[in-house]
Amino acid sequence: MDNIAGSKSGLSWAVQISTLLIVLLWLFPTVGLLVSSFRTADQISASGWWAALFPQEQNEVIRLADPDEARVPDGAMFVVSGNLFDGAERQITAWGTSSRRIAEFAPGETAELGEGETLTIEASGDYVWRGTDDQLSGRAQRSFVTVVSQPEFTLANYDNMLFDPGNSEGMARAFFNTLTVTIPATVIPIVIAAFAAYALAWMQFPGRALLIACVVGLLVVPLQLALIPLLRLHLGIGIGKGYLGVWLAHTGFGLPLAIYLLRNYMASLPRDIIENAKVDGATDFQIFTRIILPLSFPALASFAIFQFLWTWNDLLVAKVFLIDATGDTTVMTNQIVELLGTRGGNWEILATAAFVSIAVPLAVFFAMQRYLVRGLLAGSVK
Amino acid sequence: MNPALQGLLTIVIGVGGCIGYFWLSNQVLDKVIFPPKGANPGRNITRANMVRPWLFLFPAIVALGLYLAYPVIETLRLSLTDRDQGGAFVGLANYRQMLSEEKFWEAMRNNMLWLIVVPAASTALGLLVAQLTDRIRWGSLAKSLIFMPMAISFVGASVIFKLIYDVRPVDQSQIGVMNAIWLQFEGGIGSVLFLKLLPAVILAGFAAAVAYVGWLLARPVFGSHPPGFRALRLLAGAGAAWLVILSLRSILALVSVELAYGEPQAWLAIPFWNNFLLMVVLIWIQTGFAMVILSAALRGIPEETVEAAIVDGANPFQVFFQIKVPQIMGTIVVVWTTITLVVLKVFDIVFAMTNGQWETQVLANYMFDKLFRANDWGVGSAAAIVIMILVTPILAWNVWNARKEMR
Repeated sequence: MDNIAGSKSGLSWAVQISTLLIVLLWLFPTVGLLVSSFRTADQISASGWWAALFPQEQNEVIRLADPDEARVPDGAMFVVSGNLFDGAERQITAWGTSSRRIAEFAPGETAELGEGETLTIEASGDYVWRGTDDQLSGRAQRSFVTVVSQPEFTLANYDNMLFDPGNSEGMARAFFNTLTVTIPATVIPIVIAAFAAYALAWMQFPGRALLIACVVGLLVVPLQLALIPLLRLHLGIGIGKGYLGVWLAHTGFGLPLAIYLLRNYMASLPRDIIENAKVDGATDFQIFTRIILPLSFPALASFAIFQFLWTWNDLLVAKVFLIDATGDTTVMTNQIVELLGTRGGNWEILATAAFVSIAVPLAVFFAMQRYLVRGLLAGSVK
Repeated sequence: MNPALQGLLTIVIGVGGCIGYFWLSNQVLDKVIFPPKGANPGRNITRANMVRPWLFLFPAIVALGLYLAYPVIETLRLSLTDRDQGGAFVGLANYRQMLSEEKFWEAMRNNMLWLIVVPAASTALGLLVAQLTDRIRWGSLAKSLIFMPMAISFVGASVIFKLIYDVRPVDQSQIGVMNAIWLQFEGGIGSVLFLKLLPAVILAGFAAAVAYVGWLLARPVFGSHPPGFRALRLLAGAGAAWLVILSLRSILALVSVELAYGEPQAWLAIPFWNNFLLMVVLIWIQTGFAMVILSAALRGIPEETVEAAIVDGANPFQVFFQIKVPQIMGTIVVVWTTITLVVLKVFDIVFAMTNGQWETQVLANYMFDKLFRANDWGVGSAAAIVIMILVTPILAWNVWNARKEMR
């Protein structure tokens, strides 16, 4: 565990390897979703995503071209020829003409179908079907092929979910709705909390300690308690279900953490700065806007990230305060839950939808991780 | 109006309004009501400074009061009324009805299981990773990757894990990892080794560990301690005993069960065990949180204590368990309680993955069900109050700690 005096190199290797294993285990689920979102529906159902990089074998049943239309005379016989895959790049490893022996022939071999009727299928899918007038009519011959399809990745899922205006299940509208919810719900609590935090950190007044205790208490009040009373309140005063309601709700729910984080940070700023400014005749308002706010940037950033992640990822508050019966104001989380219900097996849709909603928080996370960690530490380690 | 435009307008009005309010109210206070001139400039300044904190606090207090404090009282009141009777006072009828419902007890049972397993597993794993990555060169990269699920929504994580638990009919290829691995087992010696012996050994180890911790916790009851602690210790001991019995019973069930080799399983529809599959999602998310905080705590341990232990001949495991862990116990408790709070409110995961079917109900989802499907505000409020009651000890403890620190 500790490579002290260079004595434990074996243990050090064990540590490295087990860390690597844990990291891979932790990444595995997300990578699965990411890979799936770039595969076609056929590929997803043909094999697990972990096999996405390798060629896959699939058994397919393909009917030849309709002989009544496609046949051409060839001496006394007729011939139907064409390509099983309509020219797509695929490789046949074996084929057959009956469902009981689907791998009877190798590519290039010719199958005798009786009474002179023959079928030849090449590895590329080109086939020649030869027979008499009688044999080459009615329903077309079926072929059972074992195909190897090369790995194939596509952006079509994203195109479909994001940029297709005709797709009622698309994520574009939900994406903008989420953005619309998130930004005001992140900015407004910061402003309100910053002033309150300054008062709690640097102003003397009776009841200050009690107020701080209240904020700490409200920090853990479960959201669930607020749902019914506030919904009734919103309906009662005419806000109803809508953006205004969800902004107000997120502001209220985010405030305790905001005040708590910002107060702790502001209280740790050096006293001299503030006292000097006061001696120089600055008012509290000036001290706050000119000195405290710029110095508190790291704490403001940490809270902003928290609140952004929380509002972006929220489902419950949006369901209760925002989304009405028309569903026009649906957010991404809600859209995904609905897709889970209606498109449970269509992973190309689900994976893409989920990744669209995950991408933005992940980008924010990796860009601002420093502030997030700092905020977490300020919030819980004392 | 376009919602994006409306959002922009709200930011401008909201932020501008807030700043305008703060600025204007301060101006009015300083220039109009208590100007620092005239008859008593000194008294006026003092008075202005007495009022000013409340100007700064006013919006926050209103928002906190309206959006958090008032709902607690109102929910309590609603839980004692019946909506169908026009909000008439019905006493404890809602609670009685809730207590008589099988689904409620299922939710309680599951929530207790969540409360034990998720914080314990997340904290333990977080501690493990924090210790492992402490001295590795690429440790910060590893930490960053394990921390990443924190940014993923519960709904997104549910989709991710639904893909893992996915099941396809027997004649199609399985695209869920769980089933793909499961179908590798055919009932031979390897299957017995991995699916019966190994889990049984792990469960037995878990039971032994829990029994040991439970004994450590419960033993001082026989000594002289304040009665409050004694009750808590007894409670912890009882919980540990329950867990031990649960794991022993699971071992028995595991050994005697006929596993259906070769058949793809609908994992989320297997009662009792599916709870754990849902918990995995939250553990996956919360481990990063635990790791970040515990890793900072580990860094804060004075180097001398560790060196002294090594000089005295302690092996790495002894250093970890007997020197490091006791020194960060306070942080471990904070992490544990924070995750406990998350668990108590867990809703999205259950809602998105099973919606409480197949005996996976939890309190928060039960409450949502009552509120918005059954439209029963009384019982829904009662369920919310139950969640509040479960949170209260942590709330009291937090407030007590915060006050202690202020002095």
